[in-house]
Amino acid sequence: MSSAAPPGTTFLTGWGRTSPTPARLVRPATAEQVAETVRRAPERGVAARGLGRAYGDAAQNAGGLVVDCTALTSWSLDEATGLVTAGAGLSLHDLMAALVPRGWFVPVTPGTRHVTVGGAVAADVHGKNHHVDSSFGAHLRSLTLVTAGGGIRTLTPADDLFWATVGGMGLTGVIVEAVFRCVPIETSRVRVDTERTRDLDHTLETMAATDDRYRYTVAWIDLLARGGRMGRSVLTRGDHAAREELPRGADPLEFAPRALVKAPPWAPDGLLNPLTVRAFNEAWYLKSRPGTSVQGLAPFFHPLDFVDGWNRAYGPRGFVQYQFVVPFGQEATLRRIVARLSAEGVVSFLTVLKRFGPGTPGMLSFPMPGWTLALDIPAGQRGLAGLLRAFDAQVAEAGGRIYLAKDSRMAAGTMAATYPRLAEWRKVRDEADPDGVFRTDLARRLGL
Amino acid sequence: MRNALGSVDTVLLLGGRSEIGLAIVERLVRDGARRVVLAARGATGGEPPVIGDAEVHLLDFDASRPETHGEVIEAAAKLVGDLDVVIPAFGVLGRQADYDADPVAAAEAVAVNYGGHVSAGLYAARRLREQGHGTLVVLSSVAGIRVRRANFVYGSAKAGLDGFAQGLGDALHGSGARVMVVRPGFVVGRMTEGMTPAPLSSTPGQVADAVVAGLRSGAETVWVPGALRAMFAVMRVLPRAVWRRMPR
Ligand SMILES: Cc1cc2nc3c(=O)[nH]c(=O)nc-3n(C[C@H](O)[C@H](O)[C@H](O)COP(=O)(O)OP(=O)(O)OC[C@H]3O[C@@H](n4cnc5c(N)ncnc54)[C@H](O)[C@@H]3O)c2cc1C
Ligand SMILES: NC(=O)c1ccc[n+]([C@@H]2O[C@H](COP(=O)([O-])OP(=O)(O)OC[C@H]3O[C@@H](n4cnc5c(N)ncnc54)[C@H](OP(=O)(O)O)[C@@H]3O)[C@@H](O)[C@H]2O)c1
Repeated sequence: MSSAAPPGTTFLTGWGRTSPTPARLVRPATAEQVAETVRRAPERGVAARGLGRAYGDAAQNAGGLVVDCTALTSWSLDEATGLVTAGAGLSLHDLMAALVPRGWFVPVTPGTRHVTVGGAVAADVHGKNHHVDSSFGAHLRSLTLVTAGGGIRTLTPADDLFWATVGGMGLTGVIVEAVFRCVPIETSRVRVDTERTRDLDHTLETMAATDDRYRYTVAWIDLLARGGRMGRSVLTRGDHAAREELPRGADPLEFAPRALVKAPPWAPDGLLNPLTVRAFNEAWYLKSRPGTSVQGLAPFFHPLDFVDGWNRAYGPRGFVQYQFVVPFGQEATLRRIVARLSAEGVVSFLTVLKRFGPGTPGMLSFPMPGWTLALDIPAGQRGLAGLLRAFDAQVAEAGGRIYLAKDSRMAAGTMAATYPRLAEWRKVRDEADPDGVFRTDLARRLGL
Repeated sequence: MRNALGSVDTVLLLGGRSEIGLAIVERLVRDGARRVVLAARGATGGEPPVIGDAEVHLLDFDASRPETHGEVIEAAAKLVGDLDVVIPAFGVLGRQADYDADPVAAAEAVAVNYGGHVSAGLYAARRLREQGHGTLVVLSSVAGIRVRRANFVYGSAKAGLDGFAQGLGDALHGSGARVMVVRPGFVVGRMTEGMTPAPLSSTPGQVADAVVAGLRSGAETVWVPGALRAMFAVMRVLPRAVWRRMPR
């Protein structure tokens, strides 16, 4: 990609590495510095950015200013209540490294630890415990937000602006701090039940019947399986392990996820091709032995984090992540989409199915009770635009929607049709930011 | 804003009645573009054409009045926001015999075919550079790759335009904005009405398909049809004495 950015600007992309655009990047160290930056916003506006783990163009601002929040890393824990006060730029990785040895865990973690608290709030992220614990916003007590005029406001769930900010993709202001409740744990291990299912119906039935017995559940779908085996999956379901489940002598709260290995230098750009992905999927299905085991937090929650920069393996054109949710009762749509993906021979490195519970009052939050499917596809795949557009229509028809933190290609009309509270969100946002100081490429693309 | 798979949102067509230009716009709209500005001579009098379900705006634009080009670009941006794709598609072909007879008419045609593209192109580039994204689609022609005596006034203007577009593309490198140079051969359509098609001719629809595919893949140069690339690699090195005797 073009790297010769004009002086003072940097090309930014999301995790999928599509659509790079240049912006001036600043990295303030305090909330006051953030406010000062916002007061001097340039004409093309300001966007907040965390660790850039959103897949598309959510944390970019072509020709404008991007506030890198990763220097806002203060934190404190109230051991009596489990309330954590964290700077918006603190990564969940660093937070876990601090909390776990003290016997606490974050209320929600996405599939990677390398996201910031600000990014977790702005996308109202969900984890494997959504069916019982909802998303990140449900655990928040308060937020501190730098607003369009450069003021610093503290918001609570009683404020409309709070719920416009949770899931609001950074478009209401720059979050500088968040207070949220953490979860007490006895150990840094998870007791995991693994089961293989025969086909999609068996997967859905098993999840619906057994999910509620576990705090954390997810299914990995083998999209390459066809015919009678279409939708066969590996189900993993777990709970925080109790101290007595660990072998004698083990440090119960040890948290030292193996240092990240870099994707090896000899690995060619674009290592992931249909052949390697097929082999990986086959191996994953076979290696997942049914039964119960005790695993570390990192391998259970963040298996992808063991390889740094795995996103580069998709080659220079990058890849697209597609995640949708359809409400319960619309399983037919899920089935149709899985069947089409498997018939088209779409090769996805990891395809994940999850059962959502109730959502939060976040006006643009993604989760709703139902089934969510996430997969990644190389951007260069032929016919991809049309295929995903057809899926969009089916998802919209079923009353579902597409996840903004993963999106890089949805049409504005689809967004408007599938986020029923968009008008309400706009009203609150327009009040808080009448001149459109906060702008991102995603907002331009979706006409937000 | 261009999305990850190359679909865009807004399009500005300068020379808003161009057959090739409209064919491109139609495809971009089918592909998701929502807002279109058609800028043409005396456009604002009429009703905007229906193009899918896009919102279509009209602006007055005269290629031979460079002093107005900056305002047109700004007005377009005011109507639809960031310009994702700008297509200057204006041009006049004319006949070499007429240009021989009327050198002033020849200079006027060049002022449209080359000069107009320079001013409109530079103003558009300024806007795209500020945006940090966007593509300028320049409709060059194989007539400018090696200029033939049968239409050297038109061909030389296209040669100038092609060079301008390449230089501008290099100047924009690293700004987020891009130039895509399109080199069609003979296009069977309004501009070439009554002429006998040259080998490897195409239709406006085929040119438009190639442009849309090029926008998807981020191509810098698009030949239509693709075989012309190889053909002109040869044409370019034919000895002058042979080239001179080309029938057309
Ligand atoms: C491997 C992988 C697995 C993932 N798994 C999951 C998952 O299981 N569940 C899930 O929900 N998501 C998942 N995600 C997506 C990820 O959790 C979200 O995109 C998250 O927002 C990324 O946080 P970030 O700090 O990298 O933010 P960025 O990507 O930098 O920004 C994301 C959005 O947050 C806004 N933002 C960031 N910081 C601030 C701030 N301080 N103030 C205001 N706005 C801000 C940005 O403007 C942007 O709109 C996954 C991503 C990856 C790469
Ligand atoms: N057709 C071919 O064989 C061919 C081949 C290679 C390249 N091209 C190039 O492709 C482009 C589009 O061609 P086309 O085939 O679409 O031809 P077209 O249909 O004739 O379109 C040309 C347009 O240019 C407009 N125009 C001419 N002078 C103008 C001026 N002074 N100000 C504003 N607009 C002006 C015309 O506007 P009015 O409607 O007002 O007359 C017309 O709409 C041209 O640059 C052409 O040179 C064409």
